[in-house]
Amino acid sequence: MGRVSVAPIEIERTESAEEASAVPEPDVPWVTLVHNDPVNLMSYVTYVFQAYFGYSKDKAHKLMLDVHHKGRAVVSSGTREEMERDVQAMHGYGLWATLSQDRI
Amino acid sequence: MGRTAGMFEPLKGGGAAIALDEIEVSILRSLAVQLLELIGPGAPEPAADADPLAVLFAEAGQGPTERPADPALARLFPDAYGGPGTPEGADRARLDDWSAEFRRYTENDLRSRKREDALAVVRSLDGLTADGGGEASRLELTGELPLRWLGALNDLRLTIAARLEITEDDEGAALFRLPDDDPRKPMVMAYLWLGGLQETLVETL
Repeated sequence: MGRVSVAPIEIERTESAEEASAVPEPDVPWVTLVHNDPVNLMSYVTYVFQAYFGYSKDKAHKLMLDVHHKGRAVVSSGTREEMERDVQAMHGYGLWATLSQDRI
Repeated sequence: MGRTAGMFEPLKGGGAAIALDEIEVSILRSLAVQLLELIGPGAPEPAADADPLAVLFAEAGQGPTERPADPALARLFPDAYGGPGTPEGADRARLDDWSAEFRRYTENDLRSRKREDALAVVRSLDGLTADGGGEASRLELTGELPLRWLGALNDLRLTIAARLEITEDDEGAALFRLPDDDPRKPMVMAYLWLGGLQETLVETL
């Protein structure tokens, strides 16, 4: 397995909620957050963002790096129902995801 | 050995192939069966003469509301609300209620999917014909199987990481330098091997 890079995504806790969260549209205040974990492979996380959200490889890769470096990233935004669907899908893939609103 | 051990390779026309020896087949199968046991049985099949629509309504929203006590299951089925980064002043009780409600409507479906993925792994391994000579068998995954395997390999790694208590990257790094006589060593080796399988499978997609 020498040539295989099993690069884990490590946990890097950032305490600020704002730092990793993009500002959602005023009328679509819910977001899906994917959190960093030490298990999911960087290549797999990028694949999931491409396969489920239909993001380009570049965008998926950038989001994966945001998760990796900032601890979490906003991967989608929309209504609460839409975000619950996205979170359920992320859980299906084994990614650690939550949804949240700007003000809770 | 004349082959690339533990690597998936892309198949022409789509799909992935891997050579697995008898021991690798046996380890993978055993891990997948343990994952099935962890996830648990599905809901009992409704009676053959039951009204399908009534069954659908009866099953909707009948899932569990409690976060699983087992750390591996808690990682496979995490809370949907109140993750890291939640503001300190947030109404925790309300977030917990929302997580419970989400779980009630989604966890059974998630368990079904993960069970199907693990079952697909067991069935593909059982479909391999043992040649008896200790040589590697060639497993070819086509159709939906590469994605089912990808999901199951990820669930297995999440489960083993929970058992090994890999919660931070540096803990993982220390585990990978364990002395050979450490009781956790075989599980760490399996974890690394599964990582290689998953990484090379992703690359074939």
